[in-house]
Amino acid sequence: MIPEIGHFALVLALALGIMQGSVPFYGALRNDSLLMATAVPTAVAQFVFIAISFAALTMCYVGSDFSVVNVFENSHSLKPLIYKISGVWGNHEGSMLLWVLILALFGALVALFGGNLPITLRANVLAVQSWIAVAFMVFILATSNPFMRLAPAPGEGRDLNPLLQDPGLAIHPPLLYVGYVGLSISFSFAIAALIEGRIDAAWARWVRPWTLLAWIFLTLGISMGSYWAYYTLGWGGWWFWDPVENASFMPWLITTALLHSAVVMEKRNALKIWTILLAIMAFSLSLVGTFLVRSGVLTSVHAFATDPSRGVFILALLVLFIGGAFVLFAWRAPLLKQGGLFAPVSREGALVLNNLFLVTACMSVFVGTLYPLALEALTGEKISVGAPFFNATFGPLFLVLLLAVPFGPLLAWKRGDLPGVAQRLMAAAGVALAVMVGCYAVVQGGPVLAPLVVGIAVYVIIGAFTDLAERTGLFRMSPKAALARAAGLPRSAWGTMIAHLALGITLIGIVGETQFGTERIAEMKPGQSIEIGGYDIRFDGMATRPGPNYSDQIARFTVQRGGAVIGEIEPSKRTFPARSTTRTEAALMSRGFSQIYVSLGDPSPGGTIAVRAYHKPLVLLIWLGTIVMVLGGLLSLSDRRLRVGAPKPARSKPVMQPAE
Amino acid sequence: MAWLRRLLIILALLAAAPALAVQPDEIVTDPAKETRARELSRQLRCMVCQNQSIDDSDAPLARDLRILVRERLQAGDSNQQVLDFLVQRYGEFVLLNPRLRWQTALLWFAPPLLLIGGGLALFMLARRRAGGAPTNDAVTPQGGALTADEERRLARLMKSQDRS
Repeated sequence: MIPEIGHFALVLALALGIMQGSVPFYGALRNDSLLMATAVPTAVAQFVFIAISFAALTMCYVGSDFSVVNVFENSHSLKPLIYKISGVWGNHEGSMLLWVLILALFGALVALFGGNLPITLRANVLAVQSWIAVAFMVFILATSNPFMRLAPAPGEGRDLNPLLQDPGLAIHPPLLYVGYVGLSISFSFAIAALIEGRIDAAWARWVRPWTLLAWIFLTLGISMGSYWAYYTLGWGGWWFWDPVENASFMPWLITTALLHSAVVMEKRNALKIWTILLAIMAFSLSLVGTFLVRSGVLTSVHAFATDPSRGVFILALLVLFIGGAFVLFAWRAPLLKQGGLFAPVSREGALVLNNLFLVTACMSVFVGTLYPLALEALTGEKISVGAPFFNATFGPLFLVLLLAVPFGPLLAWKRGDLPGVAQRLMAAAGVALAVMVGCYAVVQGGPVLAPLVVGIAVYVIIGAFTDLAERTGLFRMSPKAALARAAGLPRSAWGTMIAHLALGITLIGIVGETQFGTERIAEMKPGQSIEIGGYDIRFDGMATRPGPNYSDQIARFTVQRGGAVIGEIEPSKRTFPARSTTRTEAALMSRGFSQIYVSLGDPSPGGTIAVRAYHKPLVLLIWLGTIVMVLGGLLSLSDRRLRVGAPKPARSKPVMQPAE
Repeated sequence: MAWLRRLLIILALLAAAPALAVQPDEIVTDPAKETRARELSRQLRCMVCQNQSIDDSDAPLARDLRILVRERLQAGDSNQQVLDFLVQRYGEFVLLNPRLRWQTALLWFAPPLLLIGGGLALFMLARRRAGGAPTNDAVTPQGGALTADEERRLARLMKSQDRS
């Protein structure tokens, strides 16, 4: 009964979606406020019905109802509860249902919190949002229905892919999807603006918080996925330039560009057409990502869904939405009035430069990801494009961009003073240079690139502090006054500074791991030790330990430094009988921001075991940086309340005005 | 259906207990050669895997290739010779870093072209907007350029707004 309720609720949501997609749109055409107003209740109701549908599927999983094909194929009665729940989106059908759930959630949020939007804009935005939902609900019902029954019901399920039975992967897809799908809002806003042929600074102010929210989740999702790969896949890599990773990274790059260009639009009423284009591109890349992952067009580590009929369907959706959006753009964008002049050397100019580099960086990822597919489709020739290509193209672009990052916030709007800003960044550059030279001296004979990149990272971090010092007048007035000014700075300014700072943190982590990491591969007997990164790791012996739906074969190691025992680590081989698969569970020990990473190979008959041990200096900074980046985003987002809605009365304390 | 076959192979490989990527017994005694072997391994694709280098992969084929790379190095090949040998045997598909040929020209040139093209477009746009091309400061402006009087008014406006 429960699966049928879920199925039926989804069909009802589809009907509501068709209504929401047409009635408010027609109302906006005829300027009929009654028809436009229907968008709000239908958006909320659509969300409620999809939520019922999703809850029904979740209940089937929790109750291990193996008469449902989807549950049978992806669940097991002995699986821990958290993986029964995460199994809902650990497969193609369920993950698409999660996709539309989040889509409808965003629609409902705009409906509920969009009270201050012009009524036609809200009607059009919700209508566009609904058409996306309708397309994907049709896709689910036609090709990927998770509520199909199986008769007779099998007694036990096939279990979820063991790689996916992991806390990291339980929360990674929802985070990423909130990011991916959240971009639909800026897309819908862009399309609505094109339909109306009108766009202004207020538009940017409405779009920016939604984009920022999506960006925050996208950042978290990518970071989480990277950390999952790092500790799960067993060889300690954290970014593989895998097409599926690229599929999430491309929207991130464009969304980052969009956030910056939306600032220009909001503050200076410029870059309107460009901002619209970025909003369309960001969500289009989300759709491309969904297509790449869901159609099985790539067979990569992540692609666990493969069925060509679905691929063709998604491709059709892709052409419809992306093609439609670009046609609409080409037709209507010339109607939008440009405004806001600025000199090339100005904050606006810096943000344009940022956009140029981010878009080019995204383009290099895009070309690298799709080129092999295109070449094979056109000529039948197969080539590979892997990490070396991306490092060679994306890397330099991003490093140059990072050099420009501290300049942006220090330049004034409209017309900036480049020599003046360069002078203010002298301190940052000086310290960076000193660090570079020091680093070079220490690692002499080592990698040449490493000191340079460390220098850039230090420069970015100190550059962010320079921005703060300038804004608060730290070195120009008393510490007390500076503190007062710091407290009075808008939160978005803090957000900018912290997010930029975070780039430097992540970069240091990347350099540390890639350039200064060490690795040992050895065959070990119990009692033997190996040395790695200044630590001695002694193999003590093997043991077995049963788990709920798996059994672990553990190897015990004692980690020592200078003869003193620091702790024990237990990497293991985990066997899942339901799918008769084994996966390697690496063991990680954190020392500050660095980690010792040990993973196991096969035991050999002689009682020895193959061991791969790594010392990864500062590796945790990679993900810490992304968390700090997210904090910056959250701070900026919390600033929204100060700016959206009625103008606030003038502040009483004049000290709070930052001097530019 | 090639992808399906590949997927089945991968699933079959996953089902077998995965070994480590680089096995202890593969390592050659000369550390310099071993370093070069690792470097090369990272540029070579494991052809039965999904986007993995032979350095990362657990597949038996990757192991064979790793051993082959080391054999070639032991035989005195240069890095380039090893790559050429593998390409001759397995095709361009084996290289993770595609070589520049006419088939890959667009791949390699698209990012720099976009950067240069975008930069040029912005430069032209800025020139047109500012109208301040050095040769064009006459009293009669062309196109969107401003007259000297307008420039002064603009400067005044900007100054007054800068303070707010």
